[in-house]
Parts: sequence; structure tokens; C-alpha cells
Amino acid sequence: MDTSGSRQASRTYYLRKNIIMGLLHTWLPYILAGIAVGGQYALIAIGYTMVYGILRLINFAHGDVFMWSGLIMVYLVTVLPLWLSVILVIAFAIVLGTTIERVAYRPLRTAPRMSIMISAIGVSYLLQNFALYITGGLTKTYPSISWLQKTVKIGSATTKMVTLITPVLTIVLVFILVMLIKHTKIGMAMRAVSRDFETSSLMGIDINRVITVTFIIGCALASIGSILYFSNYTGINPMSGAMPGLKAFVAAVFGGIGSVPGAVVGAFVIGICENLIKGAGWTTFSDAFTFVLLIIILMVKPTGLFGEKNLDKV
Amino acid sequence: MDTRLDNKKKIALSAACLILFMVFVYFGDIMIRPGSSMKMLITVIEKGSIFALVAASMNLLNGFTGLFSLGQAGFMLIGAYTYAIFTIPADSHDKVYQYFNGGIIKWSIVEILESKLGLAGHYLGMLIPMLMAGLLVALIGFLIGIPVLRLKSDYLAIATLGFAEIIRAFFQWNTLGPLTNGSNVLRKYTTYKNAIFPVMIAGISIAIILLLINSTYGRAFRAIRDDEIAAEAMGINLFKHKEMSFVISSFFAGISGALLAMFQTTISATPFTTVMTYEILLIVVIGGIGSITGSVIGAFLFTAASEWWLRGLDAGKWMGISSSLMRPGFRKVVFAILIMLIVLFYSRGIMGDKEFSWDGFFAWCKSRPAAVKAWPEKRKASRAAKKEARAVKSAAKARAKQAKEEKEARKSSGEGLFTPLVLADHVVVFEKEGRNG
Repeated sequence: MDTSGSRQASRTYYLRKNIIMGLLHTWLPYILAGIAVGGQYALIAIGYTMVYGILRLINFAHGDVFMWSGLIMVYLVTVLPLWLSVILVIAFAIVLGTTIERVAYRPLRTAPRMSIMISAIGVSYLLQNFALYITGGLTKTYPSISWLQKTVKIGSATTKMVTLITPVLTIVLVFILVMLIKHTKIGMAMRAVSRDFETSSLMGIDINRVITVTFIIGCALASIGSILYFSNYTGINPMSGAMPGLKAFVAAVFGGIGSVPGAVVGAFVIGICENLIKGAGWTTFSDAFTFVLLIIILMVKPTGLFGEKNLDKV
Repeated sequence: MDTRLDNKKKIALSAACLILFMVFVYFGDIMIRPGSSMKMLITVIEKGSIFALVAASMNLLNGFTGLFSLGQAGFMLIGAYTYAIFTIPADSHDKVYQYFNGGIIKWSIVEILESKLGLAGHYLGMLIPMLMAGLLVALIGFLIGIPVLRLKSDYLAIATLGFAEIIRAFFQWNTLGPLTNGSNVLRKYTTYKNAIFPVMIAGISIAIILLLINSTYGRAFRAIRDDEIAAEAMGINLFKHKEMSFVISSFFAGISGALLAMFQTTISATPFTTVMTYEILLIVVIGGIGSITGSVIGAFLFTAASEWWLRGLDAGKWMGISSSLMRPGFRKVVFAILIMLIVLFYSRGIMGDKEFSWDGFFAWCKSRPAAVKAWPEKRKASRAAKKEARAVKSAAKARAKQAKEEKEARKSSGEGLFTPLVLADHVVVFEKEGRNG
């Protein structure tokens, strides 16, 4: 009686273990891919969340800066060694981002919020069209970085090196960024400006400098993200920045806009869920899911996971 | 002398202009042979009027109700599909839905009505699916509006953008293939024969939007745009009015989607991306946010520029200039730069928030000679003002530099290190003012 009971228990234990292992076996590749994509979204999302935190502006052009750094990489690698082109790509993204801020956003600083948003949309339209002109509308092959493309085996799943590198690199970069925001003078200025734009300018903070630094950080991270992202996808066209950009923005909203750790958590959630949906055979809706998530979070908790409550004053 | 016209004359003048325009479009489309540049004009009018309608519907939301919504392309998509699905002739179903066994709807409203009512039935059969398109989109707009309209400005923009993307994914879903043909194109559905059709439908719809804006509801919308809290305090039900504006805007977006389907003769979900919404938004901006006339003018200018005037930039020769820079895609770059210039330096758009009126038009015409005469003076004045501003700026810079140098000099000579700070320059004494003082 007793022995059969324990045998029963051990049987169910093994059965459960088998089911779990089986599930893991099927889903592990998707979870790994999701973590990788999530890390890449996180790197873009930081740019969105920081700019929104300070300027209260959805920088629609951010996704296109991301796409452009991918394109520039394609062209640079043909003439320069890899390490140099990586550095130049990051530099290019920074220059592009700060130029956009200087030319398209700064003159409208005192204008109503709608017109600065329209300006952002205009910049996005310009960048996409310019890319369309340069590439002739063709999909370009992203250079394969052999070190990132190496295959590795984790448990039952084989995957590329980039899948492993991305989350680690993301977390390291985010850690550095959080330290920067918490413990340096410019970080303190950033926090002050995002709390209250006008008061902090009265306190002697150089707002323009803070905004420029924000754009520099955002664009640098986006260009690093682009290297990782396109290494996974190989093809790049003028429209390939739009979707990741929107998803990263949703990630920023999900985590609570203005909060860097929130954006990272949101990006990982979106990346993993998206890939699980793909794994379930609903690929058509993997993009739509992001927006469903956005709408749910805006309904349930409009300030996001880590966002601060903002009261409207009359 | 007062040259203002009375209302009767104004209406007569407007009617005469409209009729002339209609006649021109109607006969223009019949008589002008394809390939000539006049034919291009007719095409621009066709497409321009469709975009004028959707721009006006977006302006109703963005410009008049202050709801920054970016879902217009998604709504147009639903409208286009609804129209196309119900008007594909019965014997074309097998060809169109070749991967889905001829689809599930095996009939066309146009054919059914045509067989019963003849030519009148043909047009009725086109109008009814169009109306169905509008109503379906209005219903979907209503449902989307319930959760979305509680959100504030940017969040609303992103949420509507998201819904547009969801709609696009939904229509490309293979399981819905028997209805939407999955990711394949829909074609062979009934289209209009003459350009007068979209012009008239768009004209009537825009007239309805104008009437709405000038009604009590329109004033309530504008009150909400200017100050939500004040509007609520005045007894305007915020949610009800926002929802109403959203539903009406969706309805007309659906109608314009149906017209676009007819204009293009084939339809697929792929081009209805965010870029399309951006383009509609840019039309609204060019025309002036808060002006329906502006949206109409903007739509025609936008279509004319992108389809006609700037075409040569792609082909390599434009207005006598030819350059190796001009290859496919260059047109859109120039165009995007032009739009950026408008957004940055001319953000009020062509019409600002004013509407066209005959009084305003005549006054404008009359003031032209004087304005042209005054132009050099004005330019001189603005130049002088700019020069002065520059001089002031450089003087301030020089002063700052001098002060810095003095400070450096003092520092290096050791002087001033121990002198007390002089605050006298900065101390402002606030005197108490008021009844008690």
C-alpha cells in the first residue's frame, strides 16, 4: 500500500519533470530569442524614455536614427575595418541625434506640444525618405560579424553568440547609465530637469546642455542596439526602424515613461512575449500584441510599472 | 464704399464656381486623352479630393477637438476593404480569391441591384457598400474610442497608432482569407467611371463636416480643444463629445478609404502603414490645423506636388535642370525637406485657423497691390530689425567677454580674492504695493 503510493508519487514527479523538460525543450529557443530581442528593444527604449522624461516629446525620429545607424554600418564596413566602423557608427548616431534636436526641436521649445510632435513626425518622414533615396528602396544585407554569429549550444537549443551577448551587454550598459544618472552632476541635472523644466532652469541648470547629453546617450545606445539587432536579422531597409521604434516606445510606456529600469523591464517583457506568440504560430499578431499590451497598460495603470503619478493642475 | 456682398450673391457665386469646377472635371475626364499633362490635372483632382476628405476628417479630430489621433490609415483600410469585398462581381470571385476557394461572399451588391434597377441600381450599388464602409468604420471607431479617448495627448496618439497597426495585421491574417483574401490583393471590384464621382462624394462629405463644425456640437468640440476643464465646467460632457467627434471622423475616413479603393482599382493592406497617416497629418499641417479649407487646399497641393510637379526630380530632369543626383526617390527627399521647412518656419500653415470666405477673398485681392508696393519697405524694415538684433547680441557677447577677461585679470593679479562681494547691482528692493501698504 505504502510502497505503491510512493511509487505513484515518484511517477507523477517524473511525469511532471518530463512535461516541464518537454515544454522547455520546445520553448527554450523562443525564450532565448525573446531575451535577445528584448535587450535590443531596451537599448532603443532608453532613448525614448529619457527624451520623454525631459522634453515630454515622443521622439518619433528615434527609430529612424536606429535604422540609419544600421545603414551607415552597411556602407562603412565595405571600406573600413570592423572595429573602426563600429566606433564611427556610434559617432554618427550621436551627431545625427543631436543635429535633429538642434534643428528640429530646439526652435520649437516654446511652441505648443502638438507642433513639436509634428516636427518629430516630419523628421521621421524625412529620414525614411532619404534612406529610401540612398538605398533605392532595396533591402541591404547587413555585414555579418563573425564573432557575433558564432553558434553556441545552451541545453537543447542552439543559438547565435549575439543572443547571449545582448542581455549581458544591455544590463551592463543600463547599470552604467543608472549610476551616471544617480551619482554624477549631469545625472542630477537630468533628474532635476525631468522633474520640473522651468524651476531647474531658474536654478542655473543649462537646459540645452542637459538635453544634448540626453540625446547623445539615447542615440549611442540605439546605435549599439542596431548593431546587435541587425546582426540577428541580416536584412535592412528604410522601414526597418519603424516597428522596433514603436515597440521600444511601448516598452518605455509599459515600464513607466521617464524610468530607465522600467523601460528595460518593459522591453524584455515585450521581446519575450512577442517570440512566444511567434512560437505558438500566431506570427501575424506578434506585432499587434505589443499594441494590445500598450492599450491594456494604459487602461489599467497609465503611469506604467515604475512611473510616478502625475497630477494635472488647473 | 462697402463692397461686401449679401448672402444671396455669395451663395450664387459659390454655386457657380462649384458647378464650373464640376463641369470641368466631368468633361475633362471624358475628353482629354490619356498621357497629356491636363490628364494629370484630372488625376490630381481625383486623388486630391479623396485625401481632402480624409484630411478634413483628421482635422475635425486634431484641429477642432484637440485629440491627437494617428489612426486614420487603419480606418481607411477598413473602409477600402469593406467596399471592395461587397462589390467584386460574382464571376470574378474564383480568380480573386484563388487561394481561398472563391471566398465566402459569392455575390456583389452592385450586380444584385443593377439587375433589378438598371443604371440607378448600379450607382445605388456603389453608394450602399460605401455607406456600409463608413458605418462599419464608425462602429469600430466607437468601440476603439471607449478605452482610448480617456487617454491624454501623446498616449492617445500612440494608442491610435497601435490600433491602426492591429487592424492592418488583422486584415492580413490568413484565417480571414475567405473574406479579406489574406495578404493578397483584392481586385476586379466595381470602380467609378468618371472623376466627378469621388469629387462629388468628397465634396458632400466635406460640406457635412463644415456644417457640423459650425453647429453647437462644433462649438463644443472647440471648447474642449481650448480648455478641457473649462469646457467641462460649462456643462459639456467631455467623453460624449470626444466620442462623437471620433466616430464622425472615423465614418468619413471610412468613406475616403472606399473612394481610395476605387481610385487604385486594387487594394492590399500593405500600404496603409503609419507613413500614410503621417502624410495625412502633414497635409493637415500644411493647410493649417483648424481650417477645413486649409486641409482641402493642402490635400490638392500635396497630391499635385508629389504626383505631378516634382515627378521630374525622379526622372532626372526638372524645370530644365538635370543632375545625376536626380534618381528615383529624390522627389520624396525634396518634398520631405519642403515639409520640414513649413513645419519649422510656417507652422500656421496656409490658412492658419481661418476658413475661406468671399469677403476675406475680395479683401485679400484688394490689398494685394498695396501689399506688393509695401513689400520692399517691409523687407527693409525686417532686415533692419534683424541687423539690430544681431548688433545687440554681438554687443552682449563682447560685454560678456570683457567681463570675463577682467575677472581673469583680477584673479591672476590676486586682486579681488579677499574683497567682499558686491551685491548692490543685483539687489532689487521689492516695495509693498496695495491697499494696506
